[in-house]
Amino acid sequence: MANFYRDNDDIQFLFRHTEPGKLAAVCEDGFKFANEFDYAPADADEAIQNYDMVLDSLGQLSGDFIAPRAEDVDRQGNTLNEDGSVTYAKGIAESLEKLAKAEVMGLILPYRFGGLNFPNLIYSMATEIVSRADASLMNIFGLQGIAETINAFASEEIKQKYLYDFAAGKVTGAMVLTEPDAGSDLQAVKLRAFTDDDGNWFLHGVKRFITNGCGEVLLVLARSEPDRAGGLGLSLFVCDRGPTVHIRRLEDKLGIHGSPTCEIFFDNTPCELIGERQRGLVTYVMALMNGARIGIASQSLGIAEAAYRIARDYAASRKQFAVAIEKLPAVRDMLIDMKIAIEASRALLYETSRVVDIELGYAKRLESNPPEDKAEARQLKNESRKHKRYASMLTPMSKYYCSEMCNSITYDSMQVLGGSGYMRDYACERHSRDARITTIYEGTSQLQVVAAVRSVCSGTAEKFIAELAGQQFDPKVKDLLEKLAEGTERLKSSIAFCKEAGTDYMDLYGRALVDIAIDLINGFLFCAQASSKVDMEVAVAEDGQPNNGHTVPMKERKAVIARRYITKNTPKITALAEMIRTGDRSTFTDYQALVGPVPAE
Amino acid sequence: MAYNCAVLIKQVPDTKRVTGQAMNDDGTVNRSALPAIFNPEDLNALELALQIKDKFGGKVTVLTMGLPAAAEILRDSLFRGADETILITDRRCAASDTLATSYILSCAVKKIIDYDIVLCGRQAIDGDTAQVGPQLAEKLGITQITYIEELIDLSDKSITVRRNIGNGFQQVKSALPVLLTVTGEANEPRVAAAKKMMKYKNARTPIEVEQKIKAENPNADEADIKELIEHKYSELEEKGLLIKQCDLDFIGADLNWCGRSGSPTKVHRIQSVVLAAKESKDVEPNEKAISDMIHELIEDKTIA
Repeated sequence: MANFYRDNDDIQFLFRHTEPGKLAAVCEDGFKFANEFDYAPADADEAIQNYDMVLDSLGQLSGDFIAPRAEDVDRQGNTLNEDGSVTYAKGIAESLEKLAKAEVMGLILPYRFGGLNFPNLIYSMATEIVSRADASLMNIFGLQGIAETINAFASEEIKQKYLYDFAAGKVTGAMVLTEPDAGSDLQAVKLRAFTDDDGNWFLHGVKRFITNGCGEVLLVLARSEPDRAGGLGLSLFVCDRGPTVHIRRLEDKLGIHGSPTCEIFFDNTPCELIGERQRGLVTYVMALMNGARIGIASQSLGIAEAAYRIARDYAASRKQFAVAIEKLPAVRDMLIDMKIAIEASRALLYETSRVVDIELGYAKRLESNPPEDKAEARQLKNESRKHKRYASMLTPMSKYYCSEMCNSITYDSMQVLGGSGYMRDYACERHSRDARITTIYEGTSQLQVVAAVRSVCSGTAEKFIAELAGQQFDPKVKDLLEKLAEGTERLKSSIAFCKEAGTDYMDLYGRALVDIAIDLINGFLFCAQASSKVDMEVAVAEDGQPNNGHTVPMKERKAVIARRYITKNTPKITALAEMIRTGDRSTFTDYQALVGPVPAE
Repeated sequence: MAYNCAVLIKQVPDTKRVTGQAMNDDGTVNRSALPAIFNPEDLNALELALQIKDKFGGKVTVLTMGLPAAAEILRDSLFRGADETILITDRRCAASDTLATSYILSCAVKKIIDYDIVLCGRQAIDGDTAQVGPQLAEKLGITQITYIEELIDLSDKSITVRRNIGNGFQQVKSALPVLLTVTGEANEPRVAAAKKMMKYKNARTPIEVEQKIKAENPNADEADIKELIEHKYSELEEKGLLIKQCDLDFIGADLNWCGRSGSPTKVHRIQSVVLAAKESKDVEPNEKAISDMIHELIEDKTIA
C-alpha cells in the first residue's frame, strides 16, 4: 500500500504553503461554476479539499498500480505492428485505463468539457507523482497541454469535437512538431499544408521524434505559406490518426521505453486549422511548449525523487567497514545534497506553476469577465502582464534546473549503490536512462538558458527577486537574507558587466548568469518556507532507526535546509560572478586552436 | 443486457497496521486503536460489480451494516462509481454474529434491492470467517459461488466464473440470480474518480446530518433543530447527496434474530499470542545449507 502523495512530506507541505485557496479563487473566477456543475467547488476550502483528494487518489494509483509495472514496461517497450498500429507496453495500457477511470486525464480542462479546472500547480504535483512511478507514462499523462492548446486557441467546433474525449481519457494526443531537419530550430519545419479547391486543408510530409505519435489526435505544425520561410510561414493543425497517417518507425531509445517515439508520414491527411494562419509557431506552439516545459520539469522531479529514495534506503542498510555507508561523510554528503537539490527544484517548479496560474487566471478573467471598474481592470491587466514576464523567465529556469538536477541525482543515486546500482537488479539504472532525455527534449538546457538569460538581463529577475525579498521573514533567517542581498548585488554587477560587453558575451555567460539568479530565487524560496505559516510536523531520521517516531516542525527543518543551501551557494555565486567578469572570449577567438580539427575518418 | 448488482461491504479495523495497543488485555480487538478501512476483498467485489456495469450496463447498489461511521466506506463506494448506497445502522444490531448479520442483510436486500447478482468479499479481515456471504445466499434462496478469481462469461441469465479451490481452480456455470464471494486475486480495484469525489465528498447519511446540526446548535430547542435537519435533508436530497439509511424496523427484521439474541456463537477461548523471541541465523550461500533451511522451514510449517 504505497501512496506517492501521502508519503511525500515536502509535496504536502508545499501544497499548503503555496496557499492553493488563493489560486482556486483565481481559477474558479469567484467560484461561479458551482451553480452549473455539481462537482465544482463552492468555496476555497472545498477547492482545497478537492485538490487534496484527487492527489491522494492519484498518489495511491501511482504507488500501488503504476510503479509496480514500471520495470516490465521498461523491458517490454512498445510494438509497431505490421498494419502500422502501435501497441503500448502492457503496463502502460493498463495504467492509462486506470487513469481514465480515475478521471484525471482532463485535470486542467474547463468543467464544460468534463475537465477538473485545476490550477497548473496541482497538475505539476500530479505529473511529478505519476513520473515517480513511471517516467515514461508521464509522456502520455503529461500531454494534457495538447487539449489545453485546443481549448485556448481552436474554434468552438473543434473544441466540441475533441475535448470531451480528452477529458474522459478516451483519446490521447501528440505534439507533432519536429522533423529530421527541424529539431531545436522549429522555424525550419517543412511539412506541407495545402488546401483543395473547396478550401479543405491537407498535410503532406514527414515528422520525426514524435512522442506518442500513435495517439488518436495529432496537433501538427506545418508550412501553410509555401513562399514564406521562417516561423511566420507556419500554422498549427489538428487531425485524426486516420488511414493517411502512417507510423513508419518507432525509435529505439536509451530510456523512457514506455513512451512510443514515432516517425510519421502524412500522406495528404485531411486536417483542420487551429486558430489563425501564421500564428502556429509564434503563438500557439510557444504556449504549448511553455506548458510542456513545466511538464518535463515535473517529470524530472519525479524521476529524481524515485532515484533518491533508492539511495537513501540503500545507504541506511548497506554495511561496509562494519557501518552503514550513510555514516561515511562522503556518502552522507551526497545524500544531503541530493535531498536539498530535489527540494530546491520543487520550490522553483511550484513557484513557477503558481505564477503561471496567476498569469493565465487573470488573462482569462480579463477576456471572459472583465471588472467593470476601470482602475480595477487596469490593475488586473498590469498584474497579468507582470506575471507573464515572470512566467517566461521562470519556465525555462525550471525546465533547465530540474532536468539538470534530475540527471545529477540519478547519477549520484547509482554512485551510492556502487556496483549494485550499475546492475539491472535495482531501478537506479532505469532512472538514469529515463533522466537523460529530460535535458534534451522540449528544448535543450542550452536553449532554456538562452530563453531565461534575456529575462535575467532585462530587469525581470531583479524585480522578481525584489518581490521575493520584500516578504515577511522569520528573524532566524535574517543573516541568510543578508547573504542573499549580497548575492543579488553580485548578480546586478555581473549583468551590468555583460550588457557593457555586448549580447554575444551575455549569451556566452548565460548559464552562469542564470545559475546565479536561480540560486538566489531558491534561497529566498527556502527562507520563505522556513518562515511559513503552515504548522506541520515531519519525521526525522535517527541513526539506525529511521522510523522512531521523532518529529520536528517542517519550517524548522526548512530553516536548516535554507542555511546549508545559502551557505554553500554563496561562494559559488561569488565564483560565478568573478568568472563572468574575466572578460574571457576564447570561445569566440580561439575555437579552432582549442578543439583542434574534426577527427579524420 | 444490463445486470443489477448488489455489493455488500464492511468497515473493518486495519489489521495490517497492528501496533502495541491493538489488543485489549482480555485479548479482544481494540477497535479505537486501529484505523477503520474498507474491507480489502469487499473492494474486489465492488470492482467486479463496476466492471460488470462498465461492460453490460445496469446499476450497482452498495449496502453495509455498521456504525454511523461506516458512511465513510459508502462515500468511498460512490467515489469509485457505485450508483446508490445504503447504510443499515441500528443499536439493536450490536453484537451480531455471522448468523444474525446474514439474517439482517438478507432482510435488507430482499426489501430494498432489485438484483441479478449479489457480490461479497470472500471474507472480512477482522473475523476472517468467510461465513456471511454463504449464509446470506441460503437466506435469499439463491445459488452461491465462493472464492471467485475471474468472471469468465456473463450472458442470457447465466454466469461462468473461475473459483479457487485451494489446490487448483474450478470453472463453474450458474443461472442467475447468484451470489458471488470475491477474492483479492480477482482484480485490482480502481481508485476513487476525481469528479465523483468532488461531488460525493458532500454526501451524508441522515444520522451524520443530525449529529452535525446538534453539535453546531447546542442550545437550540428541539423544534428548531428538527427544522434545520429537515431543511438539510431536502437540500442534500435535491443534489442526490443524501445516503439512504435504514433501521431494523424499516427492513422488517424479526428482532429475535438480530443482535445478541440472534447470535448463537459463543467465544470459547481467546489467546493473546505474544511473540517474545527474535533470533536470526546465518545461512551459508551453498546448495546444501539452503536445502537444509527450506526443509527446516517446511518442518516447522513456516512455509507449506
